[in-house]
Amino acid sequence: MDNLDNLAETWVYLSASPLFHLTLTLVAFQGASWLFEKGGRNPLLNPVLGAVIVVVAVLLATGTDYASYFEGAQFVHFLLGPATVSLAVPLYRQWALVRRSALAVTVSLLCGSLTAILTAVGVAALAGGGEEVLASLAPKSVTAPVAMAIAEELGGVPSLTAVLVIVTGILGAMLGPLVLTLVGVTGWSARGLAIGTASHGIGTARALQVNETAGAFSGLAMGLNALATALLLPVLWGLLF
Amino acid sequence: MLGYLTLIFVCQLAGELIVGALAMPVPGPVVGMVLLFLYLARRRTVPEGLGQAAGGLQRAMSLLFVPAGAGVMLHFHLLAEAALPLGLGLLVSTIATIAVTGLLMSWLGRGARDDG
Repeated sequence: MDNLDNLAETWVYLSASPLFHLTLTLVAFQGASWLFEKGGRNPLLNPVLGAVIVVVAVLLATGTDYASYFEGAQFVHFLLGPATVSLAVPLYRQWALVRRSALAVTVSLLCGSLTAILTAVGVAALAGGGEEVLASLAPKSVTAPVAMAIAEELGGVPSLTAVLVIVTGILGAMLGPLVLTLVGVTGWSARGLAIGTASHGIGTARALQVNETAGAFSGLAMGLNALATALLLPVLWGLLF
Repeated sequence: MLGYLTLIFVCQLAGELIVGALAMPVPGPVVGMVLLFLYLARRRTVPEGLGQAAGGLQRAMSLLFVPAGAGVMLHFHLLAEAALPLGLGLLVSTIATIAVTGLLMSWLGRGARDDG
């Protein structure tokens, strides 16, 4: 019995430790990735979505708050910065192609950036969203740190924006390939640019798994759209409201 | 490879410093990406170790969004309250953005086709 008591005590201690929450994140992602592979890499079985559902279910079932979870999970979260920096490598490898299509990239990106803002705000306003909701939603296609700063400037709720950014990323990774195929976009550079403009890093992570050209254009679009939205959205907002 | 992982961290740190000092509207890691790109443009090749370090980070990139995604549990209330405008806005906007960007790039980028 002593051993069982020790086990129970150790478990109580460990279940509140960073190690548990870090491991939970990794195991949930492994499980979701396994399902994704089993399902023939169907984009609808997006592993980020699957892992988030498992993690949130475990946290709710064990009555753990998000702040204690994040103490462990922050080690994973932290690597987003270095991973973003490392996107310079596929970008450099594809640079000849990027340079040849510089004008097309610039025009497509600016139109995509405007579409992201105007359709999100327009549709949400028509569906009855208040100004705080609209301000939190407007920058949702941009990478989280930039989106949160813009939302704050517009009078939104930055932490709600962070969630909307992630949902947008997952939606883009899930639906993007299907939408692009339906409208007849087959080139890897166009597919990557579209996914990166609409769904930042989560879309880019997915694009990199499919094709290096798509990954490079997606990473490029993610960086450029962060810049475009940060400059355009506050001006647009002043005109709209 | 450890040396190149260090280089990636140094680029991010320098990027954060530049963004902070100049109050730029982009995140530090994006400026760090530009710095690493400039390093590569100078070397004119991707060193093998750097390719490995970058590949490792990028293969794990989806995983890195899970902790932030779990933050959804903080906002169940707000999300439920504005479920319709948020849900419709996200869905329509994501699909429209992908279609518009992809189609434009496809038409305008014909001179630089990459898939025959």
